[in-house]
Amino acid sequence: MKKNYLDSLELTIGLGVALTLILYFAVKALS
Amino acid sequence: MEQVAGFLRWFHIMSGVMWIGLLYYFNFVQVQAIAAANKDQAGSAAPITKYVAPRALFWFRWAALATWLFGVGLLGPNVLSAFTFQNGFAAIGVGAWLGTIMFLNVWGIIWQHQKKVLNLGPYAANPASDEVKANSRVIAAFASRVNVLLSIPMFFFMIAGSSAHMGLFF
Repeated sequence: MKKNYLDSLELTIGLGVALTLILYFAVKALS
Repeated sequence: MEQVAGFLRWFHIMSGVMWIGLLYYFNFVQVQAIAAANKDQAGSAAPITKYVAPRALFWFRWAALATWLFGVGLLGPNVLSAFTFQNGFAAIGVGAWLGTIMFLNVWGIIWQHQKKVLNLGPYAANPASDEVKANSRVIAAFASRVNVLLSIPMFFFMIAGSSAHMGLFF
C-alpha cells in the first residue's frame, strides 16, 4: 500500500510557503 | 486589443477560482468529510463519492483546462517570452510554469486515478480491483496535495508577475 507523504495539510502549506520564498529570491537574484 | 486582454483576464480569473476553489474543497473539506463519515459507519461516505465527487471533478478538470487556455490567450504574443523567462517576464513565467504543471497534473495524474477510484469513464462498466483502487486513491490524494502546495507560489507569481503589479515585487 502506497503512502501519501503530504497527508498533513500543515506540511503542504508550509512547503508551499517555503517554495514561494525560494522561487522569489531566485527570480529576484537572476532578473 | 487591451479590451480583449481585459476580457481574457476576467475569464482566466473566474475559471481559475472555480478550479482552485474545487481543489481546496477536495483537500480542505471532502477528504476529511469522507474520513469522518467512514469512521462513523463504514460506507456512509458513499453519497459523497457517488453524487458529489464526480460532479466536483467534472467542473474541476474542465475549469483547469479553461483557466490554462485563457491564461495562454492572455499572454498572447508574449507566451514564449514568459515560458523562457525572458527579461521582464521571469515572474509571470514562473507562474505560468507552475500553472501548467498543475494543469497537467489534473488531467494526467489526478483525473486518471480518480476515474479508477470512483468507477468513472471506462471504469463504470469495468471497475478496477480493490487493490488498484487503494493505490490510485493514494496517488490521486498525493497529486492533489502537490497541487495545493504549488498553488501557493503559483498565486504569488501570478499576482507579482501581473502587469498591474509591475515593479512591486520584482
